[in-house]
Amino acid sequence: MIDNGLPEGWELVVGLEVHVELATKTKLFSGSPNRFGDEPNTNIDPVTLGLPGALPVLNQHAVELAMRIGLALNCTVKPSTFHRKNYFYPDLSKAYQITQYDEPLNVDGFLMLPGGVRIGVERAHMEEDTGKSTHFGGAGGRIHGSDYSLIDFNRAGVPLVEIVSHPDVRTAEQARQYVNELRAILVAVGASDAKMEEGSMRCDANVSVRKYGAELGTRCEIKNVNSVRSLGKAIEYEARRQIDVLETGGTIRQETRHWDETDGRTHTLRAKVDANDYRYFLEPDLVMLAPDAEWVERVRAALPVLPAARRTNLAILTGAEEDSEAIAVVVERGQDTYIEEVKNSGGDAGRALVWVQQSFAEEGNTPRLPAKDLAALTVLERDGKLTATQAKTVLGDMLEAGGGDPAAIAASKGFEALDTSVIEGFVDEGIAAQPDAWAKYCAGEEKAMGALVGTIMKLSKGKADGKVVTAILQQRRNG
Amino acid sequence: MSNFSTATSIAHNVASGAQSAASVVEEHLQRISQREEEVHAFNLVTSAEARERAADLDARIARGENVGPLAGVPIALKDNMCTRGIPTTCSSKILEGWKPPYNATVVDKLFAADAVFVGKTNLDEFAMGSSTENSAFGPTRNPLDTSRVPGGSSGGSAAAVAAGFAAVSLGSDTGGSIRQPAALCGVVGVKPTYGLVSRYGLVAFASSLDQIGPFSHSVADAALLTEVIAGHDPMDSTSIPKPAPSLVSVLGRGVEGMRIGRVADLPEGADADVLARLDAAFIALEKAGATIVDVKLPSLSYALTAYYLIAPAEASSNLARYDGVRYGNRVAANDMNNMYADTRAAGFGDEVKRRIMLGTYALSAGYYDAYYGKALKVRRLISNDFAAAYANADVILTPTSPTVAFPFGAKTDDPLTMYLCDIFTIPTNLAGHPAMSVPFGTGQANMPVGVQILAPTLGEEAMFKVAAVLESAA
Repeated sequence: MIDNGLPEGWELVVGLEVHVELATKTKLFSGSPNRFGDEPNTNIDPVTLGLPGALPVLNQHAVELAMRIGLALNCTVKPSTFHRKNYFYPDLSKAYQITQYDEPLNVDGFLMLPGGVRIGVERAHMEEDTGKSTHFGGAGGRIHGSDYSLIDFNRAGVPLVEIVSHPDVRTAEQARQYVNELRAILVAVGASDAKMEEGSMRCDANVSVRKYGAELGTRCEIKNVNSVRSLGKAIEYEARRQIDVLETGGTIRQETRHWDETDGRTHTLRAKVDANDYRYFLEPDLVMLAPDAEWVERVRAALPVLPAARRTNLAILTGAEEDSEAIAVVVERGQDTYIEEVKNSGGDAGRALVWVQQSFAEEGNTPRLPAKDLAALTVLERDGKLTATQAKTVLGDMLEAGGGDPAAIAASKGFEALDTSVIEGFVDEGIAAQPDAWAKYCAGEEKAMGALVGTIMKLSKGKADGKVVTAILQQRRNG
Repeated sequence: MSNFSTATSIAHNVASGAQSAASVVEEHLQRISQREEEVHAFNLVTSAEARERAADLDARIARGENVGPLAGVPIALKDNMCTRGIPTTCSSKILEGWKPPYNATVVDKLFAADAVFVGKTNLDEFAMGSSTENSAFGPTRNPLDTSRVPGGSSGGSAAAVAAGFAAVSLGSDTGGSIRQPAALCGVVGVKPTYGLVSRYGLVAFASSLDQIGPFSHSVADAALLTEVIAGHDPMDSTSIPKPAPSLVSVLGRGVEGMRIGRVADLPEGADADVLARLDAAFIALEKAGATIVDVKLPSLSYALTAYYLIAPAEASSNLARYDGVRYGNRVAANDMNNMYADTRAAGFGDEVKRRIMLGTYALSAGYYDAYYGKALKVRRLISNDFAAAYANADVILTPTSPTVAFPFGAKTDDPLTMYLCDIFTIPTNLAGHPAMSVPFGTGQANMPVGVQILAPTLGEEAMFKVAAVLESAA
């Protein structure tokens, strides 16, 4: 049974709804720029403001990005329609949101978590974002009781895709993995910058608990989760809250709950019975969206290699474990192709992975350091011409200068390559200086090797390669 | 046909220099100043803009420049089409004073064709009504008998043409709002195929039914104006991706060999004088070489019911944006919900509120299937019936309105009686087909009677051919 951190016998069941803003130049139904951070109410037009007589025209690039998301999530692209979701709110200019309802563009997909768990994707549909309200005065930042409110319509009409998972998530960690992996896919296919902190990716969690083997429990929808870390904490809190209620004889009410980062709890936002009747009906101002097979295949063919496959490829290339942090980090940064270049330039991919993970955090997916220079460094290191410590110093100089010949830099720093015969000499001296440690090591006490290596390194003034020293010691004991 | 000049002759005279655009405009403004107080066709007369545009046009003609097909033609626009910087009210208090920052596509097309815009015409508030009595700014009177209504909702546009205030005008037709007032005022009125004319900038009543079309004195004028305003518009997703049809050129071709459908199971309710004129129209067409064939449209009797679910449902959503937040009138209140409620209570008239309530109810959870959902099924049945009928007929003839123009107040007490005015016009909108009303003699009290010609999708050619023959036989 999977460890979900909950009391014995309880199963966690989570479904995730993720909204992402698409990286289009213009809005979903008008030509205004889709740009974050501009002066309020500058990216507006009659359609965005819902002026009388204005009509929506579907942005074809948004459709293409939405299809990329669907296809990357193994969905089927289907003929789809748009509906109106009617409700009154000041930042909803038309008093209805245009959204896909019972006929979404992408259906029946899945996402594989890095650990191999399969999370079903029910749908990934298109819709428009609302404007953004800011409330002043009163309590709690809500419109009710505030003195006044300001609305910024720059965000109104920004294209969104909502990705709805099946309730297949069983632990908070899986939820975090799901969102991280989804974000990696969205960035990889160029559909969104998927930044939770800027709101271009927003995540709601439907959380319920049940005894193993029982029917699905009543779920609560958790909103206002602003980071992957908070998502995990919110799910853990909510699951324990529900278990507490159930174990003390209570029942769970279906409701929307608000995650409060400051007190680390979820709070009732509104009960199901208070839910709006959205009076959905087919949007008469738009026609059916039915991408033809040729378009779908063109989008599918143009999809880049997805993060999961890139991790596998990088693991094979470097010899590292596929689920290691180094592989995850480097692929997330998009630096895996750089490591391939290092390898193609004759470098050591394994060493390159280590250096890129450690030192390339600020470099992005096209590091300034020419791949052939890093390749040369890894070769010096592999051949024992430089120790790891020396290599790190040389790399620092190379990164600062944006390139350079590592052998020349090493020479200028007096990092003389120590010949194995010279190291053998230091090993002799070290064994002589530490006879007790040598005896223990020969008797099979591996820990004793540390003292020997330390002494030998000191004797060589740090110039000996630790790995070579270790190899010589092992050789002498076994030989 | 009346004695007023047609758009066709005005455009010809102005373009050829036989008549100045300025003199044409003055002639029409003169008539407006004489009778507008009595008729109240307009919410706004744009005399200054009209004179300026006419003078500019005359200067261009003097320089020998080419001019458009509507050169110097005075035109009135229903006040639910957006005009940049000029108030667009929909005859509603909620939009009083609002000036659109953009032009409707049809307005740009009319300007490009060198038409001269003389004013914005009165309508039933948000185009909801059949008599123009629902205007927040007072009713329009029928120029032929000012004790009677002009029909609606485009009553102002119909009256403006009938009174000679404008040579032609544009209206919008959601369930008969062009054809019925055309019939009651004795002018030609056309509702083109849904999607033939862009709706961009037409303030929506019921988006899947609304269509802009012309009013005119002659069938030729209606054909000319339709040609100018039709054609694909990338700003309207429901616009048909085809160029505008050629209609003026088909007018002289007659109806020899055409099959004219007579609805065997026509819903009851038309007055005898109206039916008599319809019979006369069949005879005239037969004489001109057409064949009369019987067609059946069994679902027609459900059309009115379906329409009064679908149109209000869409309207309840389309009119939700009038909330006082961004434009139009706002009634201040102590919180958001009261501001919404007070703004809308003060801003909308009774008929608009009635339809918003009806539509909201029809779409509500638990009622959708029984009302809106069922109405959509009826809509499909009507389309199917029409498809079957058009297998045997090229066009179908019916009355436009069940009665001639009625006196003020005759139908205002019972909304359902008023709704029946549109019984013959509504099915066309549900099917998305074109239809037009052509004056064909008079009935009771010497008031005009209109005959309605219905055609299948993009069947405007056949429709106009029949209209031209009826016009010459009237």
